[in-house]
Amino acid sequence: MLGFVIGRCLQALVVMLVMSLVVFTGVYAIGNPLDILIPPEAPQDIREATIARFGLDRPIWEQYLYFLLNVLQGDFGRSFIYNMPVLTLILSRLPATLELALAAVLGATLIGVPLGIYAGYRPTSVAARLIMGLSILGFSVPTFWVGLILILAFAVSLGWLPAGGRGPTVLLFGVPWSFTSLEGLSHLLLPALNLSLFKLAMMIRLARAGTREIILTDTVKFARAAGISEATILRRHVLKLISIPIVTVFGLEFGSTLAFAVVTETIFSWPGLGKLIIDSITSLDRPVMVAYLILIAALFVTINLLVDISYAALDPRLRGGRGA
Amino acid sequence: MSGMLLEIENLHTHFLTRAGVVQAVNGVSFTLARGEILGLVGESGSGKTVTGFSILGLIDPPGRIVEGSVRLDGLELTSLDQEGLRQVRGKRISMVFQDPMMTLNPVLSIGEQMLLAVRAHERITRRAGLERAAAVLTRVGIPEAATRLSAYPHQFSGGMRQRVAIAIALLHRPEVIIADEPTTALDVSIQAQILHEVRELARESGTALIWISHDLATVSSLADRLIVMYAGRVVEQGPVAEVLSDPRHPYTDGLLASLPANARPGEVLRQIPGNTPSLLDLPEGCAFAPRCARASTICATAPQLTHSGPRSWRCHHPLGAGA
Ligand SMILES: Nc1ncnc2c1ncn2[C@@H]1O[C@H](COP(=O)(O)OP(=O)(O)O)[C@@H](O)[C@H]1O
Ligand SMILES: [Mg+2]
Repeated sequence: MLGFVIGRCLQALVVMLVMSLVVFTGVYAIGNPLDILIPPEAPQDIREATIARFGLDRPIWEQYLYFLLNVLQGDFGRSFIYNMPVLTLILSRLPATLELALAAVLGATLIGVPLGIYAGYRPTSVAARLIMGLSILGFSVPTFWVGLILILAFAVSLGWLPAGGRGPTVLLFGVPWSFTSLEGLSHLLLPALNLSLFKLAMMIRLARAGTREIILTDTVKFARAAGISEATILRRHVLKLISIPIVTVFGLEFGSTLAFAVVTETIFSWPGLGKLIIDSITSLDRPVMVAYLILIAALFVTINLLVDISYAALDPRLRGGRGA
Repeated sequence: MSGMLLEIENLHTHFLTRAGVVQAVNGVSFTLARGEILGLVGESGSGKTVTGFSILGLIDPPGRIVEGSVRLDGLELTSLDQEGLRQVRGKRISMVFQDPMMTLNPVLSIGEQMLLAVRAHERITRRAGLERAAAVLTRVGIPEAATRLSAYPHQFSGGMRQRVAIAIALLHRPEVIIADEPTTALDVSIQAQILHEVRELARESGTALIWISHDLATVSSLADRLIVMYAGRVVEQGPVAEVLSDPRHPYTDGLLASLPANARPGEVLRQIPGNTPSLLDLPEGCAFAPRCARASTICATAPQLTHSGPRSWRCHHPLGAGA
């Protein structure tokens, strides 16, 4: 197990190194930040001082090596726009996105899996048809549109929930969170709902397909022959057997939501990473883009590692080692 | 026929498939006395498994019991609701399946699965339930049962898994165990062992046994009485010794002739010619007629059941004394 984890960490390092190289050259190619950093009418000496300060006059490979050396010391550079360390900037936005993504994926799983199991268990029932209708809706309706409708309905017309922003935050372990207060939760609800719709649809499909398959197996028939109730069969046998694909998708969705909650964060003015990266792209804030993408790669690798570890926890056949 | 533990009468179980109605069980009747060992034989596809599942109400759609009755000590099982059936399953009638590799849940420990089966019918603490499980595992010949409870099915051999399944079937000392070819998927060396053990366990606890097999030799060494099935029907039944020594139905005769033990040295085993008929549209008459050397025009009509003492058969041209 330890060897496995170490191997995966080395793998992660390579992934991040490659990622940094690709991102660095890619971002280098898309435009010159000088046009944004310095007003066109600025005198030549200010121009040159700025260029020198950010190291923009050196060749790209030198800039990259310099960047890499700094990263190894925990320094991802300074944002051109915010004029603060990039790492501090990203970490200040991370909690907002983290709780939004977690709320969305967790909510989708906790609601979608039971619905999907039911739809797979009673595929011809009216309720199952309604559930599947909901999942088709979740797949096909664009997120931004649902976001706008949610705002129109619950914020503008009914006035029950705030239309955007994160609301007040409460410090927990020195990190600001919204979910710990009622007011914060009310801000979190709509964007999380918006983000979770697609994931809900996916979890429903996944749980339904798994359940339909497993309910026909000899394992379930044998459990029935032993007098085990349907509820227990679903809770203990089926849920455990479908959990591996669900955990996989949970991890993937959590990762991609962390990285790409852009649309929802923009619609709901949620001050998270998505907004930060969009802003940094429009302003060609190169250090932010590079650091962000590298961190996202690190997050994906970490999530994958956790998913792999939970496989072993969920399926004894993957544990290897002991046994007869 | 009163006083019988299990009475199956005119059971019809059909599968409504896209290709048509598969008449898997087609008017099966038999009885089972307390503590009796009944052998149910027939070629693969003759409806033995479907009969077993029908008794327990375990037929999944598109299958359905379309007609007939299954009475356990007078209790009509076919009209029980889901909960009523559940209380019978595992408690009064248990079943062991053919393939031990498919029956246990690969991601739950043996102890966990047995505990679920104990708790299906008893309110019992986790600890007491696991103790019960270990005790029954020991009875079916699993060494160090208490420590094996935390193992998972993939850590057991096929024979060991089948023993676990048998232990689960025995947990509540049921009145009937339906054993559906429980040794077919196992090594020959283990087959005889398990066969012997199950018979002893059944005798010990007074449990009646329906032993399903496609192998006449296996069953005849075990059972008190034989039921021979062909194409969803019972074609012959009676005490083992009589059926074996003096078969009435040509199909039973054919099965006997194909046993290696009955072949003369040097002779090729005599297989019954032809194949089992499609159950999609069974002919009116005797389903065995197309493969039968004794068949005549009258075989196009359905043969009625002929009774003689403890025996019965369904044939227009029976062999032996009755002919
Ligand atoms: N789920 C099902 N759908 C359609 N036909 C089935 C199904 N289950 C069993 N059958 C049919 O019922 C017949 C009897 O099957 P089975 O009882 O399993 O035979 P046996 O156990 O004697 O080998 C077979 O012809 C099989 O095709
Ligand atoms: Mg069978």
